[in-house]
Amino acid sequence: MPNALSLNQLSISELTGRLARREISAREITQACLDQIARVDGTVHAFISHNPADALAQADAADRELAAGVTIAQKPLLGIPIAIKDVLAVKDHPLNCGSKILGKFVSPYDATVIEKMRAAGAVIFGRLNMDEFAMGSSTETSAFGITRNPWDPARIPGGSSGGSAAAVAADEAIATLGTDTGGSIRQPAALCGCVGLKPTYGRVSRYGLTAFASSLDQIGPFTKNIEDSARVLGVISGLDPKDSTSVDVPVPDYVAALDGNIRGLKLGVPKEYLIGGLDPEVKASVDAAIQQYLALGAEIVDISLPHTDYAVATYYIVATAEASANLARFDGIRYGQRVDGADPLELYTRTRGAGFGAEVKRRIILGTYVLSSGYYDAYYLRAQKVRTLIRNDFLAAFKQVDAIITPTTPTAAFKIGEKSGDPLQMYLSDIFTISCNLAGISGISLPCGFTTNPKLPIGLQLLGQPFGEATLLKLAHAYEQSTPWHREKPGTLA
Amino acid sequence: MEYEAVIGLETHVQLNTKSKMWCGCANAYGAAPNTQVCPVCLGLPGVLPVPNEEALRKTILTGYLLNCEIPRFAKFDRKNYFYPDAPKNYQLTQYDKPSTANGFVEFEFQGGLSRVRITRAHLEEDVGKSFHFDRNSGVDFNRAGVPLMEIVSEPDITSADMAYEYLNALKDILLYGGVSDCDMEKGMVRCDVNVSVRPVGSTGLGAKIEIKNMNSFSGVRRALEYEIPRQIEVVKKGGKLIQSTRRWDDTTGITEEMRTKEHAHDYRYFPEPDMMPLAPTEEWLADVRKLVVELPLARKQRFIREYALPAADAETFKNDVALGNYFEPLAKQSANPKALANWVINNLRAKLTETNEREKTEQAELGIEPADLQLTTLADLKFPPAALLELVALVEAKTISSAAAQQVFAEMYATGQAPAAIVQEKGLAQVSDTGAIEKLCDEAIAASPGPVADYRAGKAAALNALKGYVMKLSKGKANPALAGDILERKLKA
Amino acid sequence: MAATDIDVKYVAHLARIGLTPDEEATMSARLAGILGYIEKLKELDVTGVEPTAHAVPMVNVLRPDVVCPSLPHEAALANAPAQANGLFLVPKIVE
Ligand SMILES: [Mg+2]
Ligand SMILES: [Zn+2]
Repeated sequence: MPNALSLNQLSISELTGRLARREISAREITQACLDQIARVDGTVHAFISHNPADALAQADAADRELAAGVTIAQKPLLGIPIAIKDVLAVKDHPLNCGSKILGKFVSPYDATVIEKMRAAGAVIFGRLNMDEFAMGSSTETSAFGITRNPWDPARIPGGSSGGSAAAVAADEAIATLGTDTGGSIRQPAALCGCVGLKPTYGRVSRYGLTAFASSLDQIGPFTKNIEDSARVLGVISGLDPKDSTSVDVPVPDYVAALDGNIRGLKLGVPKEYLIGGLDPEVKASVDAAIQQYLALGAEIVDISLPHTDYAVATYYIVATAEASANLARFDGIRYGQRVDGADPLELYTRTRGAGFGAEVKRRIILGTYVLSSGYYDAYYLRAQKVRTLIRNDFLAAFKQVDAIITPTTPTAAFKIGEKSGDPLQMYLSDIFTISCNLAGISGISLPCGFTTNPKLPIGLQLLGQPFGEATLLKLAHAYEQSTPWHREKPGTLA
Repeated sequence: MEYEAVIGLETHVQLNTKSKMWCGCANAYGAAPNTQVCPVCLGLPGVLPVPNEEALRKTILTGYLLNCEIPRFAKFDRKNYFYPDAPKNYQLTQYDKPSTANGFVEFEFQGGLSRVRITRAHLEEDVGKSFHFDRNSGVDFNRAGVPLMEIVSEPDITSADMAYEYLNALKDILLYGGVSDCDMEKGMVRCDVNVSVRPVGSTGLGAKIEIKNMNSFSGVRRALEYEIPRQIEVVKKGGKLIQSTRRWDDTTGITEEMRTKEHAHDYRYFPEPDMMPLAPTEEWLADVRKLVVELPLARKQRFIREYALPAADAETFKNDVALGNYFEPLAKQSANPKALANWVINNLRAKLTETNEREKTEQAELGIEPADLQLTTLADLKFPPAALLELVALVEAKTISSAAAQQVFAEMYATGQAPAAIVQEKGLAQVSDTGAIEKLCDEAIAASPGPVADYRAGKAAALNALKGYVMKLSKGKANPALAGDILERKLKA
Repeated sequence: MAATDIDVKYVAHLARIGLTPDEEATMSARLAGILGYIEKLKELDVTGVEPTAHAVPMVNVLRPDVVCPSLPHEAALANAPAQANGLFLVPKIVE
């Protein structure tokens, strides 16, 4: 068969079917991913590290289970290699969060999502590069080097889950997990041309996710298509007694929801998202997507999210304040890299001074400042109140519409180094994604076209009701199936 | 000018739950260092706290016992500070929305009742324990994350002695409620003291000076006995006190400055995003209210009132709850609860103590660890509680003398045999036959010329020697009152 | 509150982050820009608005008081930068 896709290029749906028919083995799939890593990761650098022997051993275990008659219905990810962002704890694997400060830390426990994926039969492998402690939008702040966009290695893959997005786009893993605090799944998914889902806050347990901003963080999948996203979400969702902020809402069959029938569903277009910095090609693609939805039978409704303009400022107060406390534990006492001192104070300041990168230091100091005596009310408390207004905007909108449609990012992937000197410009590139985390709702990014010169992916963002992932996936799936974008592969790595 | 002290206490108490506050590690004292730790209580990357319901229940119960209001909304906050024993470098505590507030403790002090208002009793977590060596320190995190309740008093305390009595009253209440084991030796109760001085009659507050982390009530008293005169002296000499934190040195018996206000911490409190707020339901609170017990002071007052006990006896039953619980049902059936109390305290308790001492020695010789000692308790007694009631009745009815009663008690304690059976078997019934006692009295008078002469010379006490002689002759069976009457009549004749 | 009155040296001390003089200067400049942007929030009237601390409102999420196994001692200390006698070693703690 000419131009046949190799196993690492296939989707979960295709692979599980072929595994079930025993046409292929889990070892072959994992090996195909490992081969692709060997071939392209020198350029892409999506992975900080990976352990081929461990991955193959898990694949062999999956093959034994398949041989013993375990079905995909019982273990929906059986034999599927899924790579993990370096912020999630995997037992006996290193955990660095893209930072120097954790040194040789090896996790003694599994995150709940990892436990759930193991139970579903997945081959858990690799540590995916990321902005240090998930603080960034370009994967340039990692202590382990930059990750490059598979569509153009001179460009950033987005961030903070840049490694997770690039690995899927470059077919180095069948799916990956990332985390999203202000857009860190959706933005890199958009820039790398894959599907990235940020579930509703509380949908997926955060236990084992090294916290950046506890009230905003959420784990979600990067996949090659919407159906795969539904499959992984179904596995990782649900109440976790180890996470008090996880919510006891039943997990529906997300795959079953993908019936293609979106007739009569209402999509809101917020007027506030037509901002000055919006790239004309991005705008054109999103406008075309809106037309496509009309063609598919959806209704388009003009809506307003009046506090949108305050989201970035609110986010940088709430997120950095929480981060300043969350990152206090990296002190060189119980684990991680230590720079010794004459007393604990000196040890702390040296360890943290040497261990954290500039962006992390900047955010910790900002977060410490907004909480400090005399400033709490003016900054933190005010930001929490504005957060209420932003959340109310969305809840009001969802009384009118089933989902909201926007670009994921104002522009396609920018060049490496282009914004790293100007943190505020970098922060503003998250303008379309940040509100979703503040409001705690669900969001997804999927490919909706390409820029022409160079050819770079453009992402469409759909924002859904709290716990409305099934509708969101249904809408995304209908669009995806009626457009060619998700089938395109980056040419630069061939 | 006269000065007075204004004292407020912050008392930290470990709750006696089975597991820690946010994780399932055991809340148990004495394990080898860092053996009761997990990713959560070590503050590893990625972990989350989930609050222990029982710790919350015990905190709310304490609130009820301290006459507090129970707010229908409470939450946890992060208190940020770096310290090697704090695994997250923030402590989870309740800052502006505590689980209980605005109560009071009432206790006996200087012959009357004193009341100290309670600002709040809130829930937080303990930190690890540090050990200091020559060049470095070592940290054991077994204690990190143990549920800790902080009880904050209003500055209603005016002296070192009053602080001491308040703390003891508080401890009694916590023990009664079963919320803490309050074992001072194991560091389960620790106090911070805020103390200032002001001219008597003034209402303003002087510079607040905090003395940190004392682990004994007598330490608190001694620290205040040192600190109050020190402050008064500074002020009297025209000096100025500044808000500061001091350390109490138990060996030297002095307090010394640790830091002043300019170096005060900036704790950057903010609501804990990893946990949801608390909004106890009426139903849940009703269940907690079922756990409310009678307070120690109320019990003491009730024992005095209902059983006509002397204050000292009631105090004993307040302090020894098990003994009081043994006493009370019997007292309800007794014609003479006061006499019964006497037996319970002076005989039964003494005998038990004696038995326990012996058991301790014997078991220690067998190499049994102090923690594993098997001691006799009230529940292990060989005789049923009713037997004690019967014994007291026999004495009341003058069937046996109190001397004979001692023998009966010793026997029933040793064998569990019923008092009446012992009296019969040993022929201990009291002799109230006047003729027989007359004979014994004559014998005693004849044999004791000394006491007889003393008595006749006006020494009334000499009669006791003669009475003792009669009792001895009767082998303890003579009715002592009757013997006294007869002797008196004969000697006056 | 003035947007640029951040005392970076003091705040870095609170956060226990050692900064070189160069880092301190860059940090001050960058933070001033960000704080200037954040001033934007003052445009809004938030009177009577309840603060949002949690995106999904829930209450009383508690766990039963049940003991679960702790980490094996070796695993607890496996990542320790310095240890002795089962303790995490640190420079001498002086208050
Ligand atoms: Mg406290
Ligand atoms: Zn634990």
